[in-house]
Amino acid sequence: MTATVPDQDIHASLSGVTRIYPAAAGTRAVHALGEVDLDLKRGEFFAVVGPSGCGKSTLLEVLAGLQRPTAGTVTFEGRPVTGKVPDGIGVVFQEDASFPWLTVWDNAAFGLRRNGVADAEIRRRVDDALAFMGLTDFARAYPAQLSGGMRQRVCISRTLVLQPRLILLDEPFGALDAQTRLLMGDEVLRLWRRTGATILLITHALDEAAMLSDRIGAMSARPGRFLDIVVTGWPRERDSKIVSEAAFGEVTGRLWENLRGESMKSLGYSGMPAE
Amino acid sequence: MIATERAADTLMILIVLLLAWQALHQVVGATALPGPVPTLAYLAKLVPSERFAENAWATLVCFFYALMLSYGIGLAIGVWMGVHRLSGAVGEPILISLYTLPKVTLYPVVLLIFGLSLSGRVTFGAMHGVLPVALLTMSAIRNIPPVYLKSAQTLQLSRWQTILTVLFPATLPEVIAGLRIGFSLTLLGVLLAEMFAAKHGLGSLIINAMQLLQAEEMITIAVVLFAFAALANALLLWIEHQLHRRV
Amino acid sequence: MSRVGWIRIAVVAIAIGLLEFCCRLGLIDHRVVIPPSEMADALVRLLISGQANDQIVRTFGIVVIAALISVAAGFALGVVIHALPRVRQALDPFFATYYAVPIFIFYPVMIVIFGLSVMPIVLMGVATAIVAMIIATLNGLDRIPQVLSKVGRVHRMGTVATALLLKLPAAAPHLFTGIKLAVSYAFIGVIASEFILAPAGLGRVISDAYTDFNNRQMYALMLLLIIVATVVNMLLHVVDQRWAERRGIGKP
Repeated sequence: MTATVPDQDIHASLSGVTRIYPAAAGTRAVHALGEVDLDLKRGEFFAVVGPSGCGKSTLLEVLAGLQRPTAGTVTFEGRPVTGKVPDGIGVVFQEDASFPWLTVWDNAAFGLRRNGVADAEIRRRVDDALAFMGLTDFARAYPAQLSGGMRQRVCISRTLVLQPRLILLDEPFGALDAQTRLLMGDEVLRLWRRTGATILLITHALDEAAMLSDRIGAMSARPGRFLDIVVTGWPRERDSKIVSEAAFGEVTGRLWENLRGESMKSLGYSGMPAE
Repeated sequence: MIATERAADTLMILIVLLLAWQALHQVVGATALPGPVPTLAYLAKLVPSERFAENAWATLVCFFYALMLSYGIGLAIGVWMGVHRLSGAVGEPILISLYTLPKVTLYPVVLLIFGLSLSGRVTFGAMHGVLPVALLTMSAIRNIPPVYLKSAQTLQLSRWQTILTVLFPATLPEVIAGLRIGFSLTLLGVLLAEMFAAKHGLGSLIINAMQLLQAEEMITIAVVLFAFAALANALLLWIEHQLHRRV
Repeated sequence: MSRVGWIRIAVVAIAIGLLEFCCRLGLIDHRVVIPPSEMADALVRLLISGQANDQIVRTFGIVVIAALISVAAGFALGVVIHALPRVRQALDPFFATYYAVPIFIFYPVMIVIFGLSVMPIVLMGVATAIVAMIIATLNGLDRIPQVLSKVGRVHRMGTVATALLLKLPAAAPHLFTGIKLAVSYAFIGVIASEFILAPAGLGRVISDAYTDFNNRQMYALMLLLIIVATVVNMLLHVVDQRWAERRGIGKP
């Protein structure tokens, strides 16, 4: 199952990508991902859903250049991605990556400072990003004083100020409660429209993927491969109220059809139980 | 106010300790254990004296050298074992075994190699302090959340920038804990060396006082050392808490 | 045994081998360090001859007594302090600073009070070990999940039954860590005291051997101490790890 698209639109792509974690002391080799083909259209919102352990995070890290594929090629803006994270890609991780020894403001400014951007410009971008993420009042606070959701917004701010053209989000709302997640979903959509970036969101929440994305890739259990690509056809100006539309139910239904069996596999069921 | 309540409680404990001291003094007599008040009086006389200053300086110098060695070697070993996984895995149990070993057992070897010299005492002191510094530094490096390293990569940081601006601050609280414990243990090592076999330093003063049955001198020097160690530890602990508060 | 384990054994073996080599070749002066094989030989002969047996029994006996007192008293004190939160708060700075202070400076004071006997040595052993046990007891009691008392009541268990059958097993891993530390520290306290000054005991014999230039005797006993300390600590450590693993605390 491939997700290919006409050439001039392609922002990033994975072609024939496989990732096998080599055997280490005491563990066998793990075939985590592959084979995967994926073309990301410039400016689209693409979500990847699948059961735990199917290789979604691996896919994200390979795309970002944090890991090298065992086979296949990765390209970003026409150039191959090898070993280093290319300029223009921003990543928001699952775990809390905020630096506890810096204030919220300094956390956001961190990437800019290292890259020799002028002070006035840094101040402008950071203030802007914090305002956009609703963190202005907490600029002088330390991450330890904030909730999990706010810390994630700090990490997003840190990525935002670098004005990335491709933003990868690895289950950024995993640790949050359901209501907060829905609200954060709206925020990600705002982010997407504001920056015009291409977004790849990894999530295990079907409704989240269905609500936010232009296209959704349903991934099989390990080793992860795309079982289906669902096109939602939502308008660009959307928000969480979409969940009340009939089409939403169809999208989630179709995703679950693909994924139910895979999820049971990853939970350790060897066959489908009798009804 | 919770803070003042706590301070008052701690003060109570101190007073209880002083009273216990006084009680013990009544029981065993002044020749064995002088009371708190006479000790204080003796302290006022002893500390300004030249004899005390000389020996305090000798201990301080020895301690300083030993501490520099402990910190230097300990940090180097800790960083290497933290970064180089295999060495860390192989070496950690060895270091832990050495840590729990009464290093006093090795003192005669040190004496045989260095004689009664300053280098011997410095080495013995450093032997005590180097292990906690190494172990905690190694642990600090191993405990760096992998997500920090990944973030550094996505933020286009160079290797040096990553080490200086991410890895260093991330490991700092635990490293300071190691330095604090190393401080106390190095001091202990130096004093033990002086008590066992030396002609200079506060440790040897205590032993001399014991042999001459000068109880006042003994307890006074012990109290001075106690105060020094406690205050230094409190200071380092405060620094550690300041760093930890943000984590 | 894992690959890492084998490498470790190899490293230690090479280190000892190197020492042996340097001694035999005369690179290290014979009057300073004797070859490890000679140390082992001297130890074996000494043990066979039974000359040092009194001292060995005495020292290890004192360590055991000091450890037992520290564990029992430490546990009891820990339980009491845990039940009195204000007292515990007040004692907090004291516990934090206790191991920062070189308590051996008070050893001569104890000698003057109790005379040059077994008492000061036992006291030093206890003084070194007891606070570790108290702190471990406090930690262990802290970690007993609140829900256990409620479970006890649902099962209509009395206070004692709840304490013995639910609370004690819950706190056990931490208590065992305390025991491990107490034994370690008692060892250190006793040996160090015997070295500084003691009427008898292994520490005393070793320091006598040093002053008499009797290297074989000195190294033989040093080797004994090192072996016993290492083996005991390792055993305790292994048991501690296994226990912690089963509970899901600590790494496998």
